[in-house]
Amino acid sequence: MAEVPISWFLTLSAVLFALGVAGFLFRRSIITVFMSIELMLNAVNLSFVTFSYQLKQVSGHLFTFFVMVVAAAEAAVGLAIILTVFKNRSTLNIDDVDSMKN
Amino acid sequence: MQLWLIPILPLAGFLINGLFGRRFSKGLVSVFAVGSVVLSFAWVLKTVLALGDLNTAYSEHYFTWIQSGAFTVNCDFSIDRLTAVMLFVVTGIGSLIHIYSVGYMAHEHGPNHGGYYRFMAYLNLFMFFMLVLVLAANYLVLFVGWEGVGLCSYLLIGFYFTKKFATDAGNKAFIVNRIGDFGFSLAMFYIVKTFGSLDFGTVFSRAPGVSEGVLTLIGLLLLVGATGKSAQIPLYVWLPDAMAGPTPVSALIHAATMVTAGVYMTARSWVIYTHAPAAMETIAVIGIATAFFAATIGIAQNDIKKVFAYSTVSQLGYMFVGVGVGAFSAGIYHLVTHAFFKALLFLGSGAVIHSLSGEQDLRNMGGLRKKIPWTFWTMACAWVAISGIPPFSGFFSKDAILLAAYHHAPWIYWLGTLTAGITAFYVSRAMFLAFFGDYRGHEHHIHESPPVMMVPLTILALLSLGGGFLFKIPTFLGTLFPSLEESEDFTLMAISVAAGFLGIFIAYFMYVARPAMADSIASSLKGLYTLVYNKYFVDELYDATVVKPVVEGSRAVLWKVVDVGVIDGVANGIGSRSRDIGGVLRLLQSGNIRSYAAWVLAGSVAVIVALGVAGGLR
Amino acid sequence: MDVVLFLIFAIIAVVAAINVVVQTHPISSAISLIGVMGSLAVLYLLLGAEFIAAAQVIVYAGAVMVLFIFVIMLLNAGTEIKRGRSLMVQLLGVPLLIAFLGLVAYFVERIYPQSVGVRFGGFTGGTAQAVGRALFTTYLLPFEVTSLLILIAIIGAIVLGRKEMD
Repeated sequence: MAEVPISWFLTLSAVLFALGVAGFLFRRSIITVFMSIELMLNAVNLSFVTFSYQLKQVSGHLFTFFVMVVAAAEAAVGLAIILTVFKNRSTLNIDDVDSMKN
Repeated sequence: MQLWLIPILPLAGFLINGLFGRRFSKGLVSVFAVGSVVLSFAWVLKTVLALGDLNTAYSEHYFTWIQSGAFTVNCDFSIDRLTAVMLFVVTGIGSLIHIYSVGYMAHEHGPNHGGYYRFMAYLNLFMFFMLVLVLAANYLVLFVGWEGVGLCSYLLIGFYFTKKFATDAGNKAFIVNRIGDFGFSLAMFYIVKTFGSLDFGTVFSRAPGVSEGVLTLIGLLLLVGATGKSAQIPLYVWLPDAMAGPTPVSALIHAATMVTAGVYMTARSWVIYTHAPAAMETIAVIGIATAFFAATIGIAQNDIKKVFAYSTVSQLGYMFVGVGVGAFSAGIYHLVTHAFFKALLFLGSGAVIHSLSGEQDLRNMGGLRKKIPWTFWTMACAWVAISGIPPFSGFFSKDAILLAAYHHAPWIYWLGTLTAGITAFYVSRAMFLAFFGDYRGHEHHIHESPPVMMVPLTILALLSLGGGFLFKIPTFLGTLFPSLEESEDFTLMAISVAAGFLGIFIAYFMYVARPAMADSIASSLKGLYTLVYNKYFVDELYDATVVKPVVEGSRAVLWKVVDVGVIDGVANGIGSRSRDIGGVLRLLQSGNIRSYAAWVLAGSVAVIVALGVAGGLR
Repeated sequence: MDVVLFLIFAIIAVVAAINVVVQTHPISSAISLIGVMGSLAVLYLLLGAEFIAAAQVIVYAGAVMVLFIFVIMLLNAGTEIKRGRSLMVQLLGVPLLIAFLGLVAYFVERIYPQSVGVRFGGFTGGTAQAVGRALFTTYLLPFEVTSLLILIAIIGAIVLGRKEMD
């Protein structure tokens, strides 16, 4: 009982990922959607580290590292885009940004 | 020997006149047109003289046309005695008619309407195709010429294309010919299947070894083609309507050359026919039936050209009788003499029509003997020739055929003699109505035709009179065809000559001595007269049984159902359905990011399920 | 002991995540997200990923989330206004989520038997030295590429964010 089964970690990762998807699907504010994306990325990071433990290799940590770098870059640019969108459309509602309709 | 020059010279004439004739003067056009044919005739003369006795055929190979596995068709020309005879007829009579046309078509309108140069170009093109037909050394090259002369016939019959009856006649000629050509094509397919080749030499050398049934079928199919081209029953209906074309066309194409192509082809295939007696019998029966049938129609016609048109059909029937009873050289002999006197009759009619400024109805002529004597005397030469009066050309050839017919099947002889009498009757009737008695028309300036028209007439008249002596065709062709046991039977000869005289005498009696008699006979035999005058209603019969059902069927089924419904339906339907599907797929693009995300989620769930089912998750 | 640790921080993570999704004001969501990241850092330590845990706290929680909060304050984002709808999400959103979660959990349970366990100190290869060595030998190329990526991100952010000079 001193050990935590690995499947628990993976299940937790899945739950967090699902919650991230739920946030993406059901929330209307662009910033909240972005934060859901970050949540999903974190869940994936947890998976990677878990596998790294299981396989007793450090590669999983490296992947996590790179995911973090990319997430940071993406957050920077994404938030800049949100600023631009807000400047042009004066709305933070995703459903209002639908000029690609049909 | 450069045989290819013979047809190429008229082709050059066609190309030059066709492409540039618009800018030439009439004189220049005439020089090219007439010159090319005369040169071709001179070349024929030179070639035949240089080749000696021509007992064996002389061939020239030009190029391989079709090469498909074991089947080869070459473009070859060959010349033997039969070809030589045909070449002389085609180029000789062709030259005379070209010269005549210079005068007859002189007043054709300029470039955008009738067109003198157009006429001459078409006439040259016709010469080219006819010469290819005659020189061909295999069935396929012959067929090229066959089709080509049909095309030129269509172009020339419908020469006055602004008149609907002329274009209708052209269509009729071409379409009816096509039916015959279909039979010819089937025959060629069957020949290839049986012999593996279309070459005359190959086919004829292997023919004796093939079963009679196969040869009979081939012979009958070839006969279908011949009936179309040579206007025999049942495909003769186009020839009388073809008189809508200018008279030189009627003389050249529908008397002397194109319509004889069927006879030539049948004579050329004599090896096949002599081994298929049933087919030959059919030829003879169709020939005599057509001869008699057409002659009876000829006696009631009022248009001078129509009389001679039915006469042509009838005389072609005689030629087929000759071929059908085995007297091939007699049939060709009649072909030659007929070319002389029928061309003369047509050209003479043309001169008469020209003198009367367009009048063609016999009822409006009369007494022209004194007004245009030169025309009269030349036509009289043809008159006696066609009536079979000895010692003129028509007598020799017709006698040869009837004699052979008697030895084959006497009933053909008797019917043929009766037809000879009828022939003499209707030609005499036409001559009497036109040249004797009082003038019944309204024309005031009746003048003789110009010499450019009269000189060819004179030459043809001399040939009609003396052709029997000058050209001993049966002897000439005797080395080529199988000979028949024939003795000169003077009784039979006398009977047929007597029939001719009887016909002339009855016509004289009815039209000169007692002019009113004709009308009274016609009114008393009203039913029979109406039947004969309306050509036995054959055209109407064809129209009702063949033409109308085909047209209606095409309109109702093929057009409305198949073309509009099915084909257009499929083509348009594909377009419409694509658009509809696109319309549905368009709804996916809602612009709403959240729904896109939902779709992505759905897709990933599907992928997980698929992987799980496929056992990929281990 | 490890199990207790795991359970506590897992529950904190899940509750915070639910909070991220459920809260109406973005600031509340952001703070909850920081909570998630913190719990995850502890879980990383449990898994022997010392360097990653540190990086998580410093980079993610310390930099990225602060950036988020800056932007929220800059935009003066208020409570979310419920407007607009999507048929697809309304109909299929929840079922699909449940299906997704259920499937993944099922497969995970099936594939990973209970025998493999995690205990603190079970994996010692996650030190900064180990990560650094791997980073600069095996993964050197991706490292250089990510540096380019960051450069692009900086340029992009500047370009997008600047004022129009007319």
